[in-house]
Parts: sequence; structure tokens; C-alpha cells
Amino acid sequence: MDTQTLALKHAKLNKPAQTSFAALWKPALKQAFVKLDPRQLLRSPVMLVVELTAVVTSVLCFLPNPQVSSGLAVQIAVWLWFTVLFANFAEALAEGRGKARADSLKAGSQGLGARRQNSDGQYQTVAASSLRKGDLVRVEAGELIPGDGEVIEGIAAVNEAAITGESAPVIRESGGDRSAVTGNTRVVSDWLLVQITANPGESTLDRMIALVEGAKRQKTPNEVALDILLIGLTLIFLLVVATLQPFARYAGGDLPLVYLVALLVTLIPTTIGGLLSAIGIAGMDRLVRLNVIAKSGRAVEAAGDVHVLLLDKTGTITFGNRRCTAMLKAPGVADKELNEAALLASLADDTAEGKSIVEYLRGLHPLQEPERSAIKSIAFSAETRLSGADWNGHSFRKGAVDAVLNYLKLGRDEVPAPLAREIEKIAQSGGTPLLVAGDGRLLGVIHLKDVVKPGIRERFAELRQMGIRTVMVTGDNPLTAAAIAAEAGVDDVIAEATPEKKLQRIRAEQAEGKMVAMCGDGANDAPALAQADVGLAMNDGTQAAREAANLVDLDSDPTKLLDVVQVGKELLVTRGALTTFSVANDVAKYFAILPALFAGIYPQLGVLNLMQLASPQSAILSAIVFNALIIVALIPLALRGVRVQAADAASLLRRNLLIYGLGGIVAPFVGIKAIDVLLVALGLV
Amino acid sequence: MHVQDYWLILAFFALVLLPAPFLGRYLFRAMEGQKTLLSPIFQPVERLCYRIAGIDSEAEQDWKTYALALLAFTLASLLALFAILMLQGLLPLNPQQLPGLEWTLAFNTAVSFVTNTNWQAYSGEAALSYFSQMLGLGVQNFVSPAVGLAVLVVFCRGIARRSSNSVGNFWVDLTRATLYGLLPLCLVLALFLVWQGVPQTFLEYVTAHTLSGTDQVVPLGPAASQIAIKQLGTNGGGFFGVNSAHPFENPTAWSNLLEMAAILLIPAALVFTFGHYVKDLRQSRALLASMLILFVLGLGLGLYAEYQPNPALAALPIEQVGSLEGKESRFGTTASMLWATATTAASNGSVNAMHDSFSAIGGMIPLFNIMLGEIVFGGVGAGLYGMLLFVLIAVFLAGLMIGRTPEYLGKKLEAREVRLLVATLLVMPLGVLVFGALAVSLEGPAASISNPGAHGFSQALYAYSSGAGNNGSAFAGFGANTPFHNLMIGLAMLLGRFGYILPVLAIAGSLAAKKRAPLGSNSFPTHGPLFVTLLTLVILLVGGLTFLPALALGPIAEHLGLVQGF
Repeated sequence: MDTQTLALKHAKLNKPAQTSFAALWKPALKQAFVKLDPRQLLRSPVMLVVELTAVVTSVLCFLPNPQVSSGLAVQIAVWLWFTVLFANFAEALAEGRGKARADSLKAGSQGLGARRQNSDGQYQTVAASSLRKGDLVRVEAGELIPGDGEVIEGIAAVNEAAITGESAPVIRESGGDRSAVTGNTRVVSDWLLVQITANPGESTLDRMIALVEGAKRQKTPNEVALDILLIGLTLIFLLVVATLQPFARYAGGDLPLVYLVALLVTLIPTTIGGLLSAIGIAGMDRLVRLNVIAKSGRAVEAAGDVHVLLLDKTGTITFGNRRCTAMLKAPGVADKELNEAALLASLADDTAEGKSIVEYLRGLHPLQEPERSAIKSIAFSAETRLSGADWNGHSFRKGAVDAVLNYLKLGRDEVPAPLAREIEKIAQSGGTPLLVAGDGRLLGVIHLKDVVKPGIRERFAELRQMGIRTVMVTGDNPLTAAAIAAEAGVDDVIAEATPEKKLQRIRAEQAEGKMVAMCGDGANDAPALAQADVGLAMNDGTQAAREAANLVDLDSDPTKLLDVVQVGKELLVTRGALTTFSVANDVAKYFAILPALFAGIYPQLGVLNLMQLASPQSAILSAIVFNALIIVALIPLALRGVRVQAADAASLLRRNLLIYGLGGIVAPFVGIKAIDVLLVALGLV
Repeated sequence: MHVQDYWLILAFFALVLLPAPFLGRYLFRAMEGQKTLLSPIFQPVERLCYRIAGIDSEAEQDWKTYALALLAFTLASLLALFAILMLQGLLPLNPQQLPGLEWTLAFNTAVSFVTNTNWQAYSGEAALSYFSQMLGLGVQNFVSPAVGLAVLVVFCRGIARRSSNSVGNFWVDLTRATLYGLLPLCLVLALFLVWQGVPQTFLEYVTAHTLSGTDQVVPLGPAASQIAIKQLGTNGGGFFGVNSAHPFENPTAWSNLLEMAAILLIPAALVFTFGHYVKDLRQSRALLASMLILFVLGLGLGLYAEYQPNPALAALPIEQVGSLEGKESRFGTTASMLWATATTAASNGSVNAMHDSFSAIGGMIPLFNIMLGEIVFGGVGAGLYGMLLFVLIAVFLAGLMIGRTPEYLGKKLEAREVRLLVATLLVMPLGVLVFGALAVSLEGPAASISNPGAHGFSQALYAYSSGAGNNGSAFAGFGANTPFHNLMIGLAMLLGRFGYILPVLAIAGSLAAKKRAPLGSNSFPTHGPLFVTLLTLVILLVGGLTFLPALALGPIAEHLGLVQGF
């Protein structure tokens, strides 16, 4: 067994472990202490403040204060340290799941070799990590592809299980829309010549790792905004607590510093501050488990706001492999003439449609096929929207109706009536009529049929319910497009789309302030994918599309966008819910701590001790303990995310406000009282 | 409370709320240079102003240029007013031969009137000449609310405009706000007050021989015009020392009612102006609803407290019908509490009773109103932009909780806006808590407090809240005219004014540059009862969490002590 196979096996063995909590908590516990390093805590300012207070309190334990027993001071210090550790633990736990997978992938890529083609055409074995953009490598059956790239030559079955988890191999070949390959996937048959398209550190694998590792993770825009708000709240409470001492002195009292520190920590938003990073990591991890790679967190957040979704029809709404199902000749044209022209126009055509035409004709009756080398192929271009070949001085073209008519300089009304009727029929049935021309003469029409994917209609209905409009993008003529659109249930259609047309549409929507998502896989989708706010590229598409998009779906399932929207929403809702909860908690904490603090100055304020806490000491300690334990209690929620039902905004808000707002006010009253009872029973205060 | 008390409250609300939609629409049209009822009169004047000052009224400014113009104007105003106050002894219209002010008092007063605070560490009739009152303070009484209104319309434009770099022209906004907004209303109210008996004269003070045989000097002056604008422009600086408790400032029940309503007239109307800017009056109604809830809560609690018998006197064989201590007996308990609530809900600060003498809770209501940032109607312009900042916080939370990146009326709230928002949130804690802590912990400044214990603490807390909140009302009982307090409260007023205005302009500039997303079925409606509830709770939570500890050591301790007999 070579190292590569070992690595793959390793990766597979690791898979079930990722979801098991038992295997994760131990390393997470260790990480919780490692993360006490203030340099790491800089990313989470609220927790940095807590750590500072923990340090101060620890020092104060050694400075005797007649107002505070050293036993109490020690307990407060210990619980402050716990608060930081619990938050670190949550982050480490969130990291753990993604890391386990990333580590196994990393292990697989370590020591991986590559056969690089030098400029003289010779192959040289180098380390995979030394490959640069533009390098050519040859990968044989049984080997791992050393990096992300585009197939230049060859056709092979590739097992992408390491990245996608899907064990059935897929076909990768040069040309067409299935030319992109991902690093660390295994060629299982034949060979490929691959042009590397990613420098070290930029590959899909690197991105996956960066998404789930806390220290390298880029904060998403909304997370940054929320962070600022939390820092603001922390500053406000810092002012509140800092000015309390002079106020108390004016009233003739003196507040022990330990108590003020305790008050500060209970007031600042530690719950959300401690869990914010874990929420973000867990969200990205959910995305990774959905087999979606996000190049930036921004796109995930933006997905929740999408107004319009542009979908490439082919391969998205329909199965995409439009097949030739019939051929109808124009009046006065012989069968043989049409068949020959169709064959010659398609022989050099790599697309699924072209191949299906050749297959159709081969199945009809044996044909004499000319030498491939004798044919001068005319490749399809987005501008002319024609393809075909020149052979023996004859020219053969096929293409969309408008394109061919344009090429023949014919008006629509100049098409012979019987043929025009057939074209109409094909289009209305949702098929694609492809005109065939030979030597400047209209010969007939090919009926290409495309099948709408089952269940897609329901998915679109769901999207509509969430307020997202779907627009189908297709190169088909308006009639064909309308028929398929009606069948699939999309809201709008862009027919006869060119890359410019798609781009224009996206820009027009964006100019109205709308957020646009785009799903696509072809090279001609790349500009649109780049322009859209959320660009979801299919992993089995072209490298150009994968580069341009900010999300890549490894399963190549365009309706995955729905799940991305869901993850994005859950991410935001979880943050919002815990922020609300955190701030609402402060009400009860005031009622616990203020009467305790001021008991010596104004005994009448004892009325505010609504919870009837046993003593000022137990009140302060209970609040601190509650503050630390609530972080632990909410770790599962932070990792799982708050579920978001498909409901209208108002009822969603009402529900979350009740649970996390009202719940946030009530919960600490109950919790602090319970802890107080327990502390007294245990004789700790 | 008697039936007439309820009628008074009802009449007050009717006078404030009924004209609001119409006045709001008028102000919108006037500020945007559209044709209004008064255009034939004021348009030539407006054009003349521009020609004299060399202003191109069509040229728009970006937010930075706008802010610079505003700061330059404020600085010039500040210096001019400071000079007038220092030199009034040499200036005309000074029949009483009053000398120039001491420099810290002059600084404090100049800042106070330029920032629309009208905190008065002096007594008008004893310290200021007619020249200072009219050309010094009077001018600022007009232009300082006009500046507030200008900032508000910039905020409105920020939300209403799309992908725009410009937010308006400061000089144009200032001119229109003064000319179309404040001047005509002030004219009407001043005439009404003259009719009710408020003096408007340049004659010197009158000396009267009283029945007891002594001489009494009766101060006079051009008061009616000053009082009209002090109410309408949420200024609050009285012509006479005791403000609207003085019979010449507030002679009758009618003058009392109208002066009270005048406090909130423009602030309530501006809520509708905002609705016209964003082309959605439902937003106005939602904001108004939240304001009314907070107003009624405060008023209700205050009235309840004021009508409670004083526990200290409970043992005595007397019947207690509301506390009249510190109140003008002509107006009584209800009208005094109503005025106190209105004047602190807005950043007005005029008083018709001494808040120092209210019950502990009755005095806490005005204090808490100020601490919230005077966003319940609030000062002219300043109140609504303060309220809109709270709206942005509420929207930020609401957006997250429905799983969308937060947006208000189609404008996304991102890190930059939140950063500026947080800056404004820090203003009140800084001005009230930090400055207040300084004042009570230094021996000299703390000596200004006249009462011991919790009540004395309330006095200091109120003074600094009033300064930082740009309210200007005094709790009384606090000797504010010392160099320390003059300077510190002066700084608090500047902080309270520009700590809001500059971030608000920056937010407006940033919002104006954004695209405005269409409101779809998946966006959160900011007009229903749910949002009103959320907004109200956010305001109470932010205010409560920030100031509860301080209030606990002040009015709350005083109240509980009284109840429990400490």
C-alpha cells in the first residue's frame, strides 16, 4: 500500500469520528487552555476583557481586603477564568469537527508527488506543494491529482470521494463543461494531462481548511459589525462600573474592587462574546458538510438576502444532456442529404448535443464516416452560436434557429411552411429545434429534447415563499424557453442569452438594489458568476466558472443554494438570538448585584433583591457562576444553530423575541436563585 | 386628579398631535424648496439671503463639506455670542447698566445657547442686557434649532436617496428652517402671549411701591418674542430666572397650555416630515406610537408619584392632595408634571415648577427622559435623529433575528454605520456618568450640592444629564455658577451636541451612498406593533442598563428610604 492509498484510507477512517462528540471534547479541552494566550483572544475583545479581569481578580486574591473574604475572592477569580475557558472550549469544539476532516485531507496531500511536464516535454517528479499556476502534470490511473486544475488532454474516471464523499467515480475530460478537476481526488482509470490552476494556499482544500480553522478564519461582514456593537456595549458598561466607585464614595460607601470587577463581567455581553466565534465556525462547518465550499463568508451571509436567483437552464433546471430525438427535412431535401450534413456538422462537436446527434444517426443506419482529420471543425462560439465543419469544399452548419437563419440571411417568414410548423411544434413541446444548413441551404431541423428535473418545481415554489424570484437563463429561443419555464415553474426567463445579456440583467437588478444569486457551470457563465452577489459554481463545471464564483458546490447540485440560504439565515439568527439573550440577562444581574453592592450604603435598596438571595456575597458569586455556566449551556445551540422555519419575517421575529428576549429576562432570575440556594447548601459562601 | 386635569392632558395631546401631520408635510415641502402656502412671502427673502451671502442654493454638499459648514457656523456663533456676553456693558440696549459676564459663565452661556441647550447658570433679569437677550441669545434661539432640523433632514435624505454623494446644502437648510419653520410660528405665538399679558418692551425695569411700604423692582423687557421661540425651538432658556413659573413669562392658564404644546409642536410634526422624505407615513405612525408610549408611561408614573401622600407626613392629622411644594399654585400638580415631562421629553428645558421639589420618583421621570437622550419627540431635529439611531439598533437586532443582514427601509447597516452608532451610544454615559463622577468626587465642585445624601446626588446627576442631553432644565438646588461647573457642563453640552451631530451626518452620508433595496415579502416591516414594541423595549433597556446604578443611588434610594422611613 503506497502512501497515497494510506492517506485516503486514513481520510475514510476519520469520517465517522467527525460527528462523534466523544472524540472531539478532549482535544478541545486542551485547546481551551492554549487559547488563553491573549494574542489569540485579541480576535474576541469581550473575552479579552474577561481575561484581564480574571488576572486582576487573581492578583487581588493576594491583597487582603477586610470587606471581602479571601475565600470569596478566590472563588470569583476561579469562575472568571472558567468563563474564558468555557468560551475557548466552545470555539475549539466548533473548530474540531471541521479540523478533523481538514487534517485528514492535509495528511493526504503531504508528501504527495506530481509528474510535471517540463518545457521540453519531459516529465519530472516534483512535490505537489511546489506546483504553480500554469504547470502541466500527468496523472495516471490510481494516482491522486496533485492540485486543482483543468484537463488539457485525456479522459478518465475520477473518484472524488475525498472531497465530496460521493464514492461513485465521475468522468473528467478535456473540452466541454466537465474539464475541471480537484486536488486530492483519485484518477481510477486512464490518464489525464492537467493544467494546474491554483497556487499553493489557494486550492479548494486550502479554502476548506481556512473556513473551519478559527485563527485563520476571516470574520464575515455582519460578524464584524456585531463585534463592534459588542465592544460598544462593553465600553458603556466599563463607564457604568468605573463611575460607580466615585458615586458610592459620595454616598459615604466604598465598593470592593473585586465586586466591581464581578459586576463588569456579568454586565458585558460575555454570552454572545464567548460564543460568536464558535457560531461562525460551526456555520461554515455546516456548509462544508453540505459539500459547499465558500471562498468568503460574505457570500454566505448575502445568500440570506437574495432577491433574485438566476439559474442556467442546462444541467440545472433540466438534466442538461439534450438529446437528438428526431430529424425532419425541409421540403425538397433528401433524407440522405440531411443526415450527411447533420453528421458532418456534429462529428467534431464535443458537446453532449453533438455527440447525441452522431449517436442518433449511427443508430439509424450505418453511415460512411469521413476521416476526422479531413474535417475542418468550426467550434461553437457564444457570438455566432453556430457550430459545424468544412469538408471537401462543402460547409455544414447547425445551430439555434435564429442563428442559422441569420447565417443564411433568411427571414423567419422565408422558412418553408411545413418546416416552420415543425420548428414551432418542437419549440412548443419544450424541445430545442436545431437547424441544419449545408452549403448555404436550409436542409432541415433536429429535435433536441431536454427533460426537466423532477422535484425542481417544488424547490422553486419554496424559494418563492422565501421571497426569492427565479430567472431561467438559456440560449434557447424564446418559445422553447417559455415552454420549459412553464414546466419548471420559474418566474422569468432570459432567452437566447449571451454572456453580455446575463451580465446586463444582473447589473440591472443590482442597480435596483437587489441582491442577485447566480448558478452556473459553463465558461460563458464566469462573468455573470463574478458579477452576482452570490455566485454558486458547480464543481464538475469549468475551472473558469469555479474561479469566478464565490461558492462552489462539490455535489454540483444547483438547488443547493436553498441550503446555503438556510445556513446563512441560521448563522445570523443564532447571533441575533444570543445577543438579545445576553443583553436581556443583564436585567436580572442588576437585581442580584446592585442590592448586594449598595447594602452597606443604602439598606433600603434591599427591596430590589427580588430573588431573595441569601447574602451579598452569595448574590455576587451566583451571578458570576450563572454568567459562566450559561456559556456552557448554550454551546450546543451555538454549534447547531437556531433553526429557521420558512415563515414570514414578523412571526419569526415574534417567536425569537419571545424565546430569547423574554426568556433572556426570566432565565437568569431562575438560574441565579438556584445557584444561590446551591452555594448556600454547599457552604461555599 | 380632577376632571379638569384629564381635560388639560387631553387638550395638550390634541394641540400637539392634530396639527402634526399638516405641519410635518409643510416642513418637508419647505425644506425641499417646494411651493408652500408661505412661499410668496418668504421666497423673495430667501433669495435675497442667498444673494447677500453669495450662496449657490443649487449646489449640494457631501456630508463632510456639510459638517464643516455646520462646524464653522457654530464656531462663529459661539465666538460672537461669547463676545457679546463679555462686552455687554459697552453695548447699547442696557438700561440697567449690567456689566459683562465672568468669562467661564460667558463660555458656559454661549455654549449653552449655541448647542440648543439653554442651560442657565445665571438669572436673566439680573445678569443680561436687552441687547444680549435679543441679539445674542435670541438669534441662537432661532438658528440652533434650525441646525438641529438641518441635521435631521440630512439623515432623512440619507435614507431616501440612492447612490448619492450629496446630502444637501447646509446654508440652504439653515435658511429654510429658520425662515419657513421657526419664524412664522414664533410670530403667531408671540402675539398670542402679548395678548395674554407677557411684556414686549424696551422700557427699563419698573419700581413699584408695595402695600407693605417697601419698593419692589419689577423687571421688564422684550420677553414675548423670546418666550415664543424658547418654547417652539426647544430652547428653554427663560427671559427671567424662574423661567415659565414667572407670571410675566407665563401669565395665564391659556399661555401655560399653549407654551406647553409649543414645546412638542415641531418635534411631533417632524416625525411626519420624515415620513414624507421616505415616502412612507406608516413609519411616522410607528415612531410616533413608540414616542407616545414612552411619554404616557413617564407622565403616568410621574403623576402617580406626585399625587401620593408624603410618607413623612402620613402620621400628621392632615389631608394630602398631591404635593404642591416647589410648584406654582396657579398651575397645580398636573400641569406642573405634564410640563416637566414635555420639557424633558423634548430637549426644551423650560420649567414652570422646580423639579428639585418633586417627589423622588416624580423628579426621576424628567431625569430619566433626559438620560434616554431626549428621543421622546425630542428637540427640534435632534430628538428624531436620536430616535432614528435607536431605530437602527432595533433594526440591527431584528434583522439578525429573522436571518437577514440588517437593513432599514432598504438601506443596509454595515460595520461603518454600527461603528458610528456605537460612538453616539457612548455620549450620554460619558457626559453624565464620567463628568458627573468627576463633579461629585472633587471637594470643591461637590460643594455646589445643597442637599445631603441621595437627593443631593440627584441634583448633581441632573445638572450633568441636562448639560450632556442638551436639555437645559435645572433641578434647582444646585449651585451651577462656579468656574468648574461652568466649564465642565459647557464641555458636556458640546459633547452632547456634536457627539451626536457628527456621527449622524457621517451615517447619513454613508447611507445616502448606498443602494436602496426593494422591500420584499422577506424583509421585516418596521411599522407594525411588533416593531414598535421592540423599539420601545430597546430604548428602555439601553437607557435602563446604562443609568440604573446611578439612579439607584439617587432618586430610587431616596424614594425607598422615604417609604421605609430611613
